[in-house]
Formats: sequence, C-alpha cells, structure tokens
Amino acid sequence: MSETETPIRGLGHSVRRKEDDRFLRGRGNYVDDLQLPGMLHMALLRSPLAHARITAIDVEAAKAHPGVVAVVTGRDLDAHGLAWMPTLSGDTQAVLALDKVVFQGQEVAAVVAEDPYVASDALELIEVDYDPLPPVVDPYKALEPDAPLIREDKQGQTSNHINHWEKGDRGATERAFATADKVVRVETFYPRSHPAPLETCGCVADVDPATGKATIYMTSQAPHAHRTLFALVAGLPEQNIRIVSPDLGGGFGNKVPIYPGYVVATVASLLLGRPVKWVEDRTENLISTGFARDYHMTGEVALSGDGKILGLRSKVIADHGAFNAAAQPTKTPAGLFHIFTGSYDVPAAFCEVDAVYTNKAPGGIAYRCSFRVTEASFLIERLMQKAATELDVDPAELRRRNFIRPEQFPYHSVVGWVYDSGEYQRALDLALEQLGYEELRREQRERFARGELMGIGIASFTEVVGAGHGADYDIAGLRMFDSAELRVHPTGKAILKLGVKAQGQGHETTFAQIVAAELGIQPEDVAVMEGDTDNTPYGLGTYASRSTPVGGAATAMVARKLREKATRIAAHLLEVAEEDIEYAEGRFAVRGAPDRAKTIQDVAFAAYTNLPEGMEAGLEGVTYYDPPNMTFPFGTYCVVVDIDKGTGVWKVRKMVAVDDCGVRINPMIVEGQIHGGLAEGFAIAAMQQISFDEDGNCIGQNFTDYLLPTSWETPKFETHATVTPSPHHPIGAKGVGESATVGSPAAYVNAVLDALAPLGITNIDMPVTSDKVWTAMHEKGFV
Amino acid sequence: MEITVTVNGTAHRVDVEPRLLLVHLLRERLRLTGTHVGCDTTSCGVCTVLLDGVPIKSCTFLAVQADGRDVQTVEGLLEGGQPSPIQAAFKQEHGLQCGFCTPAMLLATKALLADNPDPTEDEVRWALSGNLCRCTGYVNIVRAVRAAAATMRGPEEAPAPEPDRQGQEVSA
Amino acid sequence: MLPPPFDYVAPRSLDEVLDLLAEHGDEAKVLAGGQSLIPVLKLRLGEPALLVDINRLDGLGDLAEDGGQLRVGALVRHRDAERSTLLRERYPTMAAAAPQVSDPLVRNLGTVCGSLAHADPAGDWGAVMLAVGAELIARSRGGSRAIAARDFFDGPFTTVLRPDELLVEVRVPARPRTGGAYLKLERKVGDFATAAVAVRVTMTDGRIGDAGIGLTAVGPSNLEATRAEAALAGAEPSDEAFREAAELAAEAASPSADTRGSAEYKRNVIRVFTERGLHQSVAMATAAGGV
Repeated sequence: MSETETPIRGLGHSVRRKEDDRFLRGRGNYVDDLQLPGMLHMALLRSPLAHARITAIDVEAAKAHPGVVAVVTGRDLDAHGLAWMPTLSGDTQAVLALDKVVFQGQEVAAVVAEDPYVASDALELIEVDYDPLPPVVDPYKALEPDAPLIREDKQGQTSNHINHWEKGDRGATERAFATADKVVRVETFYPRSHPAPLETCGCVADVDPATGKATIYMTSQAPHAHRTLFALVAGLPEQNIRIVSPDLGGGFGNKVPIYPGYVVATVASLLLGRPVKWVEDRTENLISTGFARDYHMTGEVALSGDGKILGLRSKVIADHGAFNAAAQPTKTPAGLFHIFTGSYDVPAAFCEVDAVYTNKAPGGIAYRCSFRVTEASFLIERLMQKAATELDVDPAELRRRNFIRPEQFPYHSVVGWVYDSGEYQRALDLALEQLGYEELRREQRERFARGELMGIGIASFTEVVGAGHGADYDIAGLRMFDSAELRVHPTGKAILKLGVKAQGQGHETTFAQIVAAELGIQPEDVAVMEGDTDNTPYGLGTYASRSTPVGGAATAMVARKLREKATRIAAHLLEVAEEDIEYAEGRFAVRGAPDRAKTIQDVAFAAYTNLPEGMEAGLEGVTYYDPPNMTFPFGTYCVVVDIDKGTGVWKVRKMVAVDDCGVRINPMIVEGQIHGGLAEGFAIAAMQQISFDEDGNCIGQNFTDYLLPTSWETPKFETHATVTPSPHHPIGAKGVGESATVGSPAAYVNAVLDALAPLGITNIDMPVTSDKVWTAMHEKGFV
Repeated sequence: MEITVTVNGTAHRVDVEPRLLLVHLLRERLRLTGTHVGCDTTSCGVCTVLLDGVPIKSCTFLAVQADGRDVQTVEGLLEGGQPSPIQAAFKQEHGLQCGFCTPAMLLATKALLADNPDPTEDEVRWALSGNLCRCTGYVNIVRAVRAAAATMRGPEEAPAPEPDRQGQEVSA
Repeated sequence: MLPPPFDYVAPRSLDEVLDLLAEHGDEAKVLAGGQSLIPVLKLRLGEPALLVDINRLDGLGDLAEDGGQLRVGALVRHRDAERSTLLRERYPTMAAAAPQVSDPLVRNLGTVCGSLAHADPAGDWGAVMLAVGAELIARSRGGSRAIAARDFFDGPFTTVLRPDELLVEVRVPARPRTGGAYLKLERKVGDFATAAVAVRVTMTDGRIGDAGIGLTAVGPSNLEATRAEAALAGAEPSDEAFREAAELAAEAASPSADTRGSAEYKRNVIRVFTERGLHQSVAMATAAGGV
C-alpha cells in the first residue's frame, strides 16, 4: 500500500459516527415525528386504583365529543378475542381491562380522535365505576395464605406465586457452609427502577384497507420478534405485517415488551381504515411500562479463615407486578442470575428465586440489566465488601485471593457457565493504580482520626452477554441467533442489513467498521440498515448487550463469505489459482508478486461485469449466526466518596473505571457506552426508586419523583481499558453496552459503606439517599 | 387566535387555540420535528428552543405567548447550509448517542457560549443542568461544548483535529 | 397530559389587567413566567377559564434601588436576579438564592413575584423574603396595599392576595454591614428543596444587630424562625450563639416525612444549615468593613 492511501478504518478506529449528521440537524426520524395523511391520535384511559373490580364503563359522552372518532373498551376487543395477549414470559396480559384492574395505571379504554388535545379532553368524559379490592403491595405478604388473589383470570392460579427456579448444587453448598470458618450474610433490596429513555414508547399503526398490509412504525428493540408475535396475537398474516422501528430515543430495555397501546392502535387502524398514532406521555411510561429489578435478595458467602470462598448461596423474592411480562429467555425465568459467583472461583454454589405477583406494573427485565446480571453482580460485590470488613482484610486483597486465575480459562463455573476469557487481576491492578489506592487509604485513616468520613468502593464485576446459543436461549420460542445480510454494489460500495436494532449505540458506524475490517471497504462506503422487517434479515434485536457478540459475529462471518467469493473473482481477474491469492486490507494480491493485485472495488465491479465461467453474478450473502457460547466482559470500578456528616450527602470525588470488552471495534463509542452506564449506575445507587404506598399508589410516576441526574450531580468519570479477546468470537469482541450499569452500583454503594464501616453500619439499601445515610449515622450516635 | 411567530428567521402567521403549547406549534403545525417532548412535568429539557436568544422549555410556554417573538430551533443552526462549530464539535467529541436530547443541548450550548465564550467544565455542567441526557453520562457533551468554545474563540485556539481518539489500553 | 381549553388575553396596560381580575376573580389566573402555572394546567390540577398574560406590561421589570430599598418588579425573572451585580453586592441572601431556584431554563422565564404569589411551601423566594423582611405590594382597581412578608403566606399555595389583586412589586430594605446565605439541600438540580434556610445578618458595632431566618419546605408555607431571630438580636457572633439559634430554627420547623426523608432528618438539616448560614453571613458582613 502506498503512503498516500488511507488505512482501512476497521477495528480499533474511533471513527466519527455517520448517524450524527441527521441528529445534529434535528432530522432524526422518531416515531412521534411521523405524520401520515388521515392520521388519528389515540389516548389511553388508565386505572387510578391498584386493585379493583370494574362494575361499569360509560363511554357515550366521550364518543359524542366533537373530534372523537372511536372509543374502545375491553369488551370491544374481547369480541375479536383480543382483550388479552401473551407476554414474553408465557403469561397473559390484559390489553384493555375487562372485569378488574390489577395495577395503578393499567389500560382501561382508548379514545381515538382527530387531534391529541381532543383525545385528552375526551378521556375525562369516560366514566368508570370501580369497586376497590385490597391491594397487594408487599411480595412477602402476597405469598401469605390469606392474601387476596390477584390473577383470578388465570385457570389454576390459586395463589400469587408465579414460579420457583433454582440452580446449582444445594447439598454440596450446604456442606461447604457447614465447614466454613466464616459465613457472611447480606440482605438487600434492589429497588424497582425504570429505564426511562428520553423518548417514550409509541407507534403509528397503519393498516391499509385496500391491501390489508399493516405497517406499524414502532419503538421496538426487536422488530422481527414483534412482527411474529403480532401475527400470532392479532391473527394478521405475517407477510402482511411490516414493523418499522425508526430512530429510537434510547431503549435500555424499555422498548422490548409489547405494550397494550401498540395492540389497541393496530386494532383501531384496522377497524377505522386510517393510520392511528399512539405515543404515551412520561407518566404512562413510568407507571405502566417495563420496570426493572425489584429483587429482594439474601446472599451468604462461606469463607475459610484465610479468606478463600468455600460456598455461595442466595434466595430471592422477585416482585414481577401483576402480569409476568419480564423479557428474558424462556429457559431462564430468573434471567442469568446464576452468574452471581461473579469473578470468583467458587467451589459450591446454589441459588433459588421465587417470582411473585403484586398489584404493580408488569416487567422486571430492563434498564441495562443483561437479564438480571445487575442484580447478581450487585449481590456478590456487596458480599465481598462485607466479607472484607468482617474478616478485616483489604477489599482489594480479598478479591485477589478469590479471582478466577488466567490459567483457569475457559472457566467452568459450578452453576454451568463456561467463561470465555478474563484477566481480573490485571483490571483490578490498573484501576487501583489509576486511583492512587494506597495513598487514598492513608488519607482515609487520617481523615477518620479527625472525624471526617471518606470511603473507597470497589466492584470487580463479570458480565455475561451475547444471548445466545439457540438450544439454550429463545424468546417466546424464537431462538436467539442473529443475522447479517451484506451486498456489495458494482461501484464497490456496500449495504449491510441487520437483525439487531440500535437505540443510540452507533451500529451504523461500528458494524460498517466490521465490514471494513473483513473486506476493506471503508465504513463511510457501507450503508447499514436496521429496523425494517421487510428489508432486513430475521434477528432477535438489541438488548442484553447482544448486538456485537451475535450480530457483530454474523457480520464478520458474512463478510468472510463474500471475501471467499471475492478471492475467486480476483484469481480470475489476475489469471492465477485461488490458492495464490493473498488478501490484506481490501487488496487481493498474487503471492510473491504484491504489485499484481486487485482491490475490492475492482472485484466488486467484476462481480457484475466479468465473472469466471459458471459463477453466479453478484457479491452478497446472508449469515444467521448461532453463538457457541456467551461472552464475558468484565472490569473493575473504583469510587471515592466524601460524606457531609451534617446532611448525610455523599459526593463522588473520583471514579476510575477499567473495562475489558475484548476487542474494541470503536474505542470512542465503547467509552461513550461506559460513561452512560456509569451515570445510570450512579442514578440507581443514589436517587432512583419507584415505590408504592400501602394503597398501591405509584410514587415515581413522573420526573419530579423518579429522578434522573443532571450534568451537575453526575460524577466525572475516568475510563481505562484492558483487552482480553473472546476466543470464540470471530473478531474477539464481547459486548459492552451494559457493563457499567451492571458493575457500578455496587462500587458507589460500597464506597459509602466503606466510609461508614468504622461506625458499625453494615448495609444501606439503594437508593442510598442522604437521609438514609444521616439516619444510620444518627442511630449509631455519630451525629 | 391569530398569531405571528418568527421561527428560524421566517415569519409564520397561524391560527391557534390559546392552550396549544409552543412545542406542538413547532412540531405539528410547522413540521419542525427537531424539538422533542420527553416528559410532562417540565423536568427534562429536550423541548428547549431559543426565545429571542434565551433558552426556554417550549413545552411550558404557550404558542400565543410567542406572538411577535423570535424562536430558534435546531433546524436553524446550520450556517450557510453547513454544520455550525457547535454541531461539528458534538460530532467530533461523540457528544450524542440516541440524539433525542441533542437539539436541546445544541441550543443551550449556543446560548451559553454567547454569554460565556470560555466556560470551565463546572460552568458548562451548571449551564446544562436543565437538560437531561440518558445515554452519554454528560462527559462527552462537556468535551464537545468546550471544544466548540475553543473553535469559536478563534483558529489559534481550535483543538488540533484528531483523527482517532483512543482510551488508554493494555493489550493482551 | 395536555391543558384543558381556556381563554387568553395579553393586555398592554395595568388598568386593563386589574379590570379583568376584578371581573373574573378566581376564574382568572395571572400568567407571568408560567413555569408553575403551565405545569399545573398540563396536569389539569387547575382549570381557570381565563389566563391574563402580564408580559406585555411596561414598567414591571425593574430590579433597582430606590430611596433606601430594592424594588423587584413583577416581571423580574429569576435569571435577572442571578445576574444582578446589585444583588451580589448589596442583597446577598437574594444573590445566594437566585442561582438555586429550579434549573437554568426555568430561571429564564420564571419570575420572583410569580413564585411568591404561587406560595409553594417548597418555594425558595418566600424564605428569602422572610429573612430580608420584605414588603409585598399588591395592586387592585381599588388601590394599593403593602403586605409584610411575614403576613403574606397563609398555607400551602395560599396567600392573603385577593383574587382581584396583582402582586406588582416586592420591596427589600437596603441594609449596610449585612451578610447573607441560602443553603438548600436538593436531591438534584430542579428538584424541590428537601429543606433550605435563608439567612440574613446585619452587624452593629461588632455584634449581631438583627438577623432574619426563613425556612423552605419544612412547613405548610415558608416559615420565619422568629425565636431564633430574637435570640440573635444584639448577640455576640459566637459559635455558641449560632448553635443556639440553629436549635431554635430547627424547632420552628414542622416538616413532613416523605421520600426525601423523615421529619427528624429535615429538622436536622435546618439546624445544620442555619448554623452554617450564620457563620457565612457573619463572615461576609464583617469582611473588609462589611457590605
């Protein structure tokens, strides 16, 4: 390659994003930006009560209101068999309530009008008579024998218990605990929170009366799966359904479930013969769409006298709300919680999770959780912190003693994972070095002697992402492969079509970089298309950090398929045998005669103009990739906090994040994902909770109660990286979108508790608000 | 009511209900969809526009209040059809991910830099504390604002163009 | 949610505004900044028939000293107060509070007088006006009256203003050798205060001449800590005096428990902030010959 040629900007380049241009000009295409001719606006009426029978609904005044085209109730849907729909967890969920409501905010009726202001007015004219029932808000009380039955609609459901799941060897674990020198216990509640992307959920449903084709523009992180589910639920033929997921203003798992609003809007469009737009407002988003976490966890770790882990066990009560609509693979009803052994070599482990119905919104799997890895990671890192305090061992040292060692990889955990690769010690060492750990511990001791409180928190997390191998991972039966279709045009440009769907992660740039790395076409010459089910290959979408591990692998593999054909075409052009062609950086050269070469652009043109005899024209292919295993990104986060004794307010003085997601396609974008996750982790640790009063009223249904931190509160982050490639991934990459929300909450909480440990304070549940900190100190007589 | 609102330099004469929010005038009537709606309690700031140069939340302002006044939205930021230094800096510094808060951030930045051409990091964070972002954790937004400020102060202060920016890395 | 229908008028004269308020009474609401009113309309927590927009009136935007007092007109925005050199130099409690009101965007539109008339018990300006001993000027068709800040608030979102009255101005006495502070605990920018304290201290001959202490978010309205003020009048500016006053201020508070904390916690914040505020205010008042 001559010096005047630009290097191919493949893996490792911080290519500036192609998608930015439209966003910066205010030309993004979000669902609410869409206006179609004749479009109507739908608004949903929601229950003010958490648990009640509906005795009457009167919609006549609403129907008569000028500008209202239709009012839809559960009865109307029931006539078409659509009052109930299946959930992603094999349960059913009411689309519009029939006989009872089971959570505050549940969908009860819909108004379709010419104008959203009119729709809002008409909602107030609908009269619903409710007969209140005692609400079930506490999941432990929900399991008591005399608790009111929430799911009277479910045949055979006689209690509020949903399912029991367990993993590991209970007997071996109990024996390990019996022989332990030390048992450390943590009881902690991971509170209900909400992903709250800045764009709420919504759709424009456009069923064409002339053709029967249903085009649904929808905030969807999984458009193909949604299309299939729509076909099954609504009975529309699947070839006549097109889901278009356009630009999404954030997802974070909020846009994975199918919400009643989508179904009602589609039915309304079908019946009215006009497009119907439904976009929820923020209150609706927070009160009814897929929440996250709500795990009541007990964890115990058994240790030897010298701090080696002998066993780990956990019991969880999982509050799923009124319908089991958590979005996780079918075979793992508690998601990937059994990663709870974390970065440590644990010889015996057992966990059990009981899921419970309560009178709250449905959900559970969301907010960058990697299918419950957030919960598992928080638990083990809190246990390690507490164990270090109780054993009087430095928390970094305790981790070192127990890390899985590099030579143990691929590591078979006792609950069945095969960790692909990891260098936990190296990440921890780098983090501590960047932090100035020893110096900070000295400062901490000096300050405490003066009555000042500062803390250092560590979390050395291991993630598990990239769902996943089809035999083990499916959602509603759909195996979790993913796909890539690549076509190179005669002028050497290409189009890549994917089964995943970005909500800000930069796929239009990063996936183009994968093609660049494999085929030598520059990223700006590769158009990337996602989200339109008529024009992309079948995939399971983007959540749980699976795009790079699965979709990225598919992209690399399909590019390699094309490279094979390109090699044969190049050989034809150069009149040599295929084995004599060497490929590098977009050039196909004759071995031993490097000046005799053809570029990928030459080959692309030839694919349409000058082919070997008998070869099909074109240069394209599609790959459906079934990953052999998950990938295991990891890292260490360290946080330094100072606590104001007068108010209990804690501030992050410094935060160092070391992440290892294997090979980094675009370091700039990786870093951006980490920043975002660290900020969300901070929000979760410091200020976010959706709670309920004893009547089941939701506290946290708008941004004045459910808090998102601003640029002022959000700490400043220092990021670093190590690179330990995944041995089984075609480009060695692992996925990174959720690492920081998985790993960082424990780092923040551990920092605050590290500061408070000398006072004998051992736990504060999240959100660790200033009043909780002060009250804990006050109860110990420190303030 | 008939009102005349100048948006991005063009006067629009429209007939509106008093209750129509300015953000809906812009999005629905004028089809300028770059200004977004993100909440219902005046908490998120994604609806930010410049009113006579001052950033306000257009979801908490009536269209009728804008009668006779000047509004600038993100669509009005291009300079001669080209991205402004602020827009260019946000791209260069990866100051956006999903793009939903971006128009608001750009306009709030424009107002900040008109007021304070050389803000410190803390001054930037303070000035943008009415604008929420979920994706970026604000780090790169702050970098973008300060890079734009440097560029706008003059070519001698513009940061050297860096084709790639790599984090510190320890390879296997 | 979207606002319900209402009528709207934007008069150009104060007389016209006062006529409308006299005619429509509590069916009309005054629109100044709208940063409290419009959110209420969007949530349909209130449904006035008529909005009277006062933004076109002349002469209500003054933020200036006049004959020994500061005049804050009805159209003075929080932003104006935040940027005012006059406030920074001579009205330090106000200068300290202004940047902490809500968030920067809301401050660009919201008004000081509007905030006072809205009378949210978690509002910042009410505490400040109590601490600085302000007078609020209400105009109606019938004339004008001056209401002392401590007589102005009458419960949550309730003032002694009649439906036909417009709050046109707030007046604050100019005082030499005065320091001030506004300490506010909020969970994030833009959240209402968990608890906040406005402090003003005026020194006389090296002792505290008199002090003003106003409290935010710890009662049915902004409260004045009168017993704490009384204890400080004429006192030596000692740590002991500050501590005692802080205890009295905490006792004056009657906070409710909520997601921001227990009543005991909020009372403690009042105590801690009062003490800190007094230290800061005295230091400011005595620095370089005082303000």
